[in-house]
Amino acid sequence: MADLTSTFVGITSPNPFWLASAPPTDKEYNVRRAFEAGWGGVVWKTLGQAGPPVVNVNGPRYGAIYGADRRLLGLNNIELITDRDLYTNLEEIKRVKADYPDRAMIVSIMVPCEEEAWKEILPLVEDTGADGIELNFGCPHGMSERGMGAAVGQVPEYIEMVTRWCKQYYSKPVIVKLTPNITDIRKPAAAAKAGGADAVSLINTINSITSVNLDSMSPEPSIDGQGSHGGYCGPAVKPIAMSMVSEIARDPETSGIAISGIGGITTWRDAAEFMTLGCGNVQVCTAAMTYGFKIVQEMISGLSEWMDEKGHTSIDDFRGAAVPNVTDWQYLNLNYVAKAQINQDLCISCGRCYAACEDTSHQAISMSDDRVFEVIDGECVACNLCVNVCPVEDCITMEAMTPGTIDPRTEKVVEPDYANWTTHPNNPAATTAAE
Amino acid sequence: MAHSPFSPGVAAGRLDADAYQDNFSDLHPALDPHEALVAADRCYFCHDAPCITACPTDIDIPLFIRQIATGTPDAAAKTILTQNIMGGMCARVCPTETLCEEACVREMAEGKPVLIGQLQRYATDHLQAQDVHPFTRAAATGKTVAVVGAGPAGLSCAHRLAMLGHDVTVYDARSKAGGLNEYGIAAYKAPDGFAQAEVDWLLKIGGISVEYETALGADISLDGLRAQFDAVFLGMGLGGVNALAIDGGDRDGVLDAVDFIADLRQAKDVSALPVGRDVVVIGGGMTAVDAAVQSKLLGALNVTLAYRRGRDRMNASVFEQDLAASKGVRIMTHVAPVALHGNGSVREIEFEYMNDDMSGTGQTVRIAADQVLRAIGQTLEGDVLPALDGGKIAVNATGQTSVDGVWAGGDCAAGGDDLTVTAVAEGRDAAMDIHARLTA
Repeated sequence: MADLTSTFVGITSPNPFWLASAPPTDKEYNVRRAFEAGWGGVVWKTLGQAGPPVVNVNGPRYGAIYGADRRLLGLNNIELITDRDLYTNLEEIKRVKADYPDRAMIVSIMVPCEEEAWKEILPLVEDTGADGIELNFGCPHGMSERGMGAAVGQVPEYIEMVTRWCKQYYSKPVIVKLTPNITDIRKPAAAAKAGGADAVSLINTINSITSVNLDSMSPEPSIDGQGSHGGYCGPAVKPIAMSMVSEIARDPETSGIAISGIGGITTWRDAAEFMTLGCGNVQVCTAAMTYGFKIVQEMISGLSEWMDEKGHTSIDDFRGAAVPNVTDWQYLNLNYVAKAQINQDLCISCGRCYAACEDTSHQAISMSDDRVFEVIDGECVACNLCVNVCPVEDCITMEAMTPGTIDPRTEKVVEPDYANWTTHPNNPAATTAAE
Repeated sequence: MAHSPFSPGVAAGRLDADAYQDNFSDLHPALDPHEALVAADRCYFCHDAPCITACPTDIDIPLFIRQIATGTPDAAAKTILTQNIMGGMCARVCPTETLCEEACVREMAEGKPVLIGQLQRYATDHLQAQDVHPFTRAAATGKTVAVVGAGPAGLSCAHRLAMLGHDVTVYDARSKAGGLNEYGIAAYKAPDGFAQAEVDWLLKIGGISVEYETALGADISLDGLRAQFDAVFLGMGLGGVNALAIDGGDRDGVLDAVDFIADLRQAKDVSALPVGRDVVVIGGGMTAVDAAVQSKLLGALNVTLAYRRGRDRMNASVFEQDLAASKGVRIMTHVAPVALHGNGSVREIEFEYMNDDMSGTGQTVRIAADQVLRAIGQTLEGDVLPALDGGKIAVNATGQTSVDGVWAGGDCAAGGDDLTVTAVAEGRDAAMDIHARLTA
């Protein structure tokens, strides 16, 4: 059986599934239950400065987007960092870590952007025996209005500065958690690296309004008739998170820095995908909040089975395996020609491919009087929309044309060799003249 | 209870009160809002959807289901009712398994169609519960139309004509409107007075007056109507029943299934309805199944549905056959009745086993029967009618009969399945043709 042991920036955990810094990791009771359920590690809910704790709203903190049968696809929240006393949290962290020495215990921190503030809290955290810290530079609501969280994460210079302080006043690994509410995720990642961070974790939540109540005209979640943008998370954000992870993994300036993947990870498969894009481990929150801690059992069994099936003995065997295949559009092979193919045995004649192609794409699917749908190769640009809207898995597939055959759409021979936009004759900036 | 299922002969009160209550409650309980959303979400919103083609009234099913899915069931109801003003009843009685749901691509894909009938009911019930009528009449045309028969065909025709601005007088031989919806379908398909509630709601369009207990041929004549009105629509259904021409066919205990069902539908207290211990229903259509199932639900110990051909030839849908079987009705096929035996009242029925080609095998069988219900087809009554075709009024595609100014639809007209939904479609289409004629 595959060994799921994860060693991330020197921190070992029995599996790569950590609970992200969030409501599920706010206190000893939850974290002990999480460890009992099998989670490999937790990032404790963000600690703030000593003194009066922050206060949360006393109305709804979460809003949701649903799919069929009220399946939760996206969650947003306006909860702040821990609203419990700093010292209570520190004592609990110390106790739990002592009782679960094999699990990863990371402490998330957010204090004002002043060296003194960090200098003050870091020794206290060091004293808990926790394995590392995560800097919350991502929280997009509430704390950012006070110059913390995403307000820091959106300024690379601040990230570098604070990271440097942390490396100076704290001896163990420092993970910088990045906000996605930024144009180019590589900039804050590079800043973290420059500041000496051991790793970045991403993504934090995305600014969002989940819905507007059309009776009260209040955004949801509604606090006395008003709403504030909250942090969006859950399955809906996974594609955004994976793209950002891949950008950091493949950019020369940031590649090599350890990445802890976060963003809509719900199943073992999601986790594996993040890892192939370079993540050493993953952090989960919404899935646990939706289904409870038990889901980690499926994540462990699923990842283990898949690794066995593929012959991977450790996570390092496949970590980053997909990174070389993430490229810029300009390097995609323009000589690769595919055509949609409809498997008539699987087709249930719903006609969705036809409606999509006829109304919104390339008029490349025909419909007969008896509802047989066929691809018109001479029109098909292989856009894949028919595959995407078809309700039957594998009924429509994209089949690559054999080099040497003629594409009936362009009436040109399908070339066997790779050629991309950089050398294309239509490109005014082509680096090589066309033959 | 005065009797039990074992009490011999024809007797009432065979069950306790709770059993009657359970037996005659809704066959398909209404979907609750969440169930409706889940069911609606399964619709693929097919292009040029096969379910629409399969619906005799061409309801835009994917559209109304999407309207349910997006939280606007009243808009869904309007989509339905625009095509089929009796969408509420059709949602209850349509053999959806041979119409829209059979055509549903999910039936092909996984053998589980979208619950179109139940979703239609969800939408129409939602609208009807608000006791508002969603349509308004066009400006008055000054034209008048007589509609004979207040069943699905007649009411559909009347509603459409009234909506288009014509004044309509509906004549019905019975004391209530609704036709077979009120008198002819199983009680558990439309409990709680739904048929009358739907009629009342439908008539809210205005411009329709109903004359009860006025029968064509007795109280009014086709010529008289033609003279008095600008157009006439005949939708009086099939008033006659086929006789059972065998030895002993007139014994006590033998009655028409349609009367049995009508009595049951009109009964204030079903426990007061007498039913045999050993009931035999002769026939293979929906009426036969409705009578057989309801005999069982009234407490008959043994109910046999006897049909002269195989199950595949029965007019009752497979769903109906399975429903009967699940209620404990024995379906006996390839038997034709040859005699009823008994001393005054019927005690036994004798059948001959039949070959597939309807020739007799010469072998006979007798089974106990203290009540025999005939469901062997209905016939058109009346002698002064437009030209007939196969015993029914001949019509063209828009319902015109051989008599100028006279249209017909529903069960009394030739062609089409004898379904509620078909009758609604024929009434509606005839109305559109009448309107075209009157406003030409």
